Amino acid sequence: MTDVLAGRSLTDDVAIAHLNKRHRRERRFKYYGLAAIVAALAVLVVLLSTIVGTGYTAFQQTYIKVEIAFAADEIDPQGTRDPDVLRQANYTAMLRQGLMNYFPDVSGRQQRRELSRMLSSGADITLLRMILADPDLIDTTQTVWVKAGADIDSFNKGQIPRDVPEDERKVSDQQIIWFDALVARGALEKRLNWNFFTTADSREPEQAGILGALMGSLLTLIVTLLLSFPIAVMAAVYLEEYAPKNRITDLIEVNINNLAAVPSIVFGLLGLAVFLNFFELPRSAPLVGGMVLALMTLPTIIIAARAALKAVPPSIREAALGMGASPLQTVTHHVLPLAMPGILTGTIIGMAQALGETAPLLMIGMVAFIVDVPGGFTDAATVLPVQVYLWADAPERGFVERTSAAIMVLLAFLIAMNILAVFLRKRFERRW
Amino acid sequence: MSTPLLVLVLLAFSAVAYYIGRNRALGAAGSGKTRLHSLPVYYGAYVALWVGLPALAIIVLWLVFEPQIIHALLVSRLPEDAQALEPAQLRLLINDIKNHALGGITSTELTPELSAIADYFASLRTNGLIGMSVFALLAAAGSLMLGWRHVSPEFRARHHVERAVRVLLIAASTIAILTTVGIVLSLLFEASRFFARESIFDFLFGLQWSPQTALRADQVGQSGSFGAIPVFAGTLMITVIAMLVAVPIGLFSAIYMAEYATPRFRAVVKPVLEVLAGIPTVVYGFFAALTVAPTLRGMGDSLGLDVASESALAAGLVMGIMIIPFISSLSDDVINAVPQSLRDGSAAMGATKSETILQVILPAALPGIVGSVLLAVSRAIGETMIVVMAAGLSAKLTANPFEAVTTVTVQIVTLLTGDQGFDSSKTLAAFALGLVLFVMTLGLNVIALRVVRRYREKYD
Repeated sequence: MTDVLAGRSLTDDVAIAHLNKRHRRERRFKYYGLAAIVAALAVLVVLLSTIVGTGYTAFQQTYIKVEIAFAADEIDPQGTRDPDVLRQANYTAMLRQGLMNYFPDVSGRQQRRELSRMLSSGADITLLRMILADPDLIDTTQTVWVKAGADIDSFNKGQIPRDVPEDERKVSDQQIIWFDALVARGALEKRLNWNFFTTADSREPEQAGILGALMGSLLTLIVTLLLSFPIAVMAAVYLEEYAPKNRITDLIEVNINNLAAVPSIVFGLLGLAVFLNFFELPRSAPLVGGMVLALMTLPTIIIAARAALKAVPPSIREAALGMGASPLQTVTHHVLPLAMPGILTGTIIGMAQALGETAPLLMIGMVAFIVDVPGGFTDAATVLPVQVYLWADAPERGFVERTSAAIMVLLAFLIAMNILAVFLRKRFERRW
Repeated sequence: MSTPLLVLVLLAFSAVAYYIGRNRALGAAGSGKTRLHSLPVYYGAYVALWVGLPALAIIVLWLVFEPQIIHALLVSRLPEDAQALEPAQLRLLINDIKNHALGGITSTELTPELSAIADYFASLRTNGLIGMSVFALLAAAGSLMLGWRHVSPEFRARHHVERAVRVLLIAASTIAILTTVGIVLSLLFEASRFFARESIFDFLFGLQWSPQTALRADQVGQSGSFGAIPVFAGTLMITVIAMLVAVPIGLFSAIYMAEYATPRFRAVVKPVLEVLAGIPTVVYGFFAALTVAPTLRGMGDSLGLDVASESALAAGLVMGIMIIPFISSLSDDVINAVPQSLRDGSAAMGATKSETILQVILPAALPGIVGSVLLAVSRAIGETMIVVMAAGLSAKLTANPFEAVTTVTVQIVTLLTGDQGFDSSKTLAAFALGLVLFVMTLGLNVIALRVVRRYREKYD
């Protein structure tokens, strides 16, 4: 002891050096932890900014202004105004003529074809819809904004570079000259792409939308909710309020915990083998998708519901029973209403999980290319995440931004659901 | 009457029965409502249950067994030579007949003989539906009478209703068991059909995986070989890469969160980190394929390395990112569960915080951390979309992470999303792989849950 009190000595220096070393190690260790968190957050930022950065352009679409002469002898020579006749007319030719008016000196099949390829191959449908909606347009000349082709759209958004050799880009030099001329005339501009939310899938990027997938997701989630919510609540009530502590309830509990960790694709295999092959339910249908997802989300909801029931203090039950309520009345009149916010929170989280799930739905054929918006539970349909998967696989340049945009829509729904869950928890949670 | 309509009618019928039962009870009690054993609603519910349950049970049974019965009836009507067909072709033929009857598209023109069977099928369907509707409604009416007759002031309606509800609750909680049983049985059944064709030994230990089977008998070199070792090896490699990313980052963030972070930092950062867990895996897959893989490829090029565009590294990295929140939140819980007295004791001995963590807390929390890592491994093995979108398709036995490898889940998806008949070895192989996947993840989960639980008991 006296050595230490006598002031700085050699051993002190060693001790201080050692202590400094330990403190440096301490700081280093702390920074490792911080670095790990920063790394994880950085990845999240990169991920989200990549998605938004590639996806936001899909909410705009390039349109080209064309003067269309709806000549009566082309569309409806007899003047019957019969929709079947109106559908027969060659609207593509009218569009081509409309474009040719800008560039009268275009000649030759090759050039004409190149020119009409600047428009979307679905542009004639726009004209047809106009005529069907209002046959009085026949014999008039209208200014119509029609969708540009996917390549022109990508070029306009700067996704196809201008300064590379012609054979390395999908837009020809001649098309660029026309493009610039159209821009100079104010006949080409980007507009809000409502189409993206109002149409179903298509082979052409500029015509593809997510309405079909959204409807598919909605129908599937309805089935999932209708099946999993009541079953999960009943199972949780039984396990928490009624079940005696024995082998069988133990087995059920272990089972539920294990099911929660079974890979989702295995549920897809179950759906394929049992629902499709044994019960012969329709392939690709939201009904089957919803059933598979219900089995998958069941454990999540049961676990959440049990936790919510457990949080209701026993005094509530004792008071109800003391007042002469039967066990069922105790549960339905007192315990369940008090636990409901927690159960709903768990259900929303389970639904969010089901909304983002892809793999099991691939197994039951919800990957088909479907152009129609599904109208019922047994129609062939696809869901939002599967649509993302399909578009991510598509080779066309225009689908990249649409994939990201679809992801943004999917994430928006997930965020909304989670905010709702947090709100429910914050608003109605009771601490006893 | 279509099935949904029938169910709606039955529900309406039950609602009516509820009022009938309630009113009868009230009527029987006369002016003295207290003479009733139970509240009037229970009498109503009792009668409603009597009306609804038997009829619904009939409908469910019908829906379950109708396809099988119709199939058997159709097969028995087929000509001799058609009955002798392979099961797969027979199924195709039957499907054609059904499609013909329903006005759908058939793969071949049907002979008059077969279209007669199609008509028979159509009549079977309508008759069956009518029969079921009549039967269910009769059952409902009959049981309404039965239930109605039971209602009297002395009748213990509440006890009966509560017993029925209890049975319903038990049925709901056995669905979890039924799901497991369904998974196990369907995987075992289909996998056993696969192993009847291909040797189980070759599957588990073979080194060659090329599931393309010959479409015609005379094709050469397309017999298909199902040695799953390269597939397992690919799964293992991607899982290991994912763990190399996720375990250090997840564990260090958990340590920082639990031991260093201020409550405010924690309150903000923890939910943000958990956003990573809420992002759908298909988004990670897109990110891996669109951003990570090309970046790695570019970096490899500049370093003179040959990186495949579907490298195991890209898929593994992104999968690791997905798993970070999984490990960090589980480990966070475990570290928080270590009693404060251990920390205080260590600090009193003069240890710095990091020394306390490394020498006291981590050893105490180790079982829990191991459990969380095992759960994460099982998750990585079963993860599908990232690898489907970012890993390769061809099974290569390699230890080079820059090459493309394939995984069990990728193979299941590619084998089952192609258009092959259901009875080919190719599709059945997917179920064999699924069985392996299920057994592996189940094993990991059981071990992990047991480890975690044992650890929790120690400190509680």
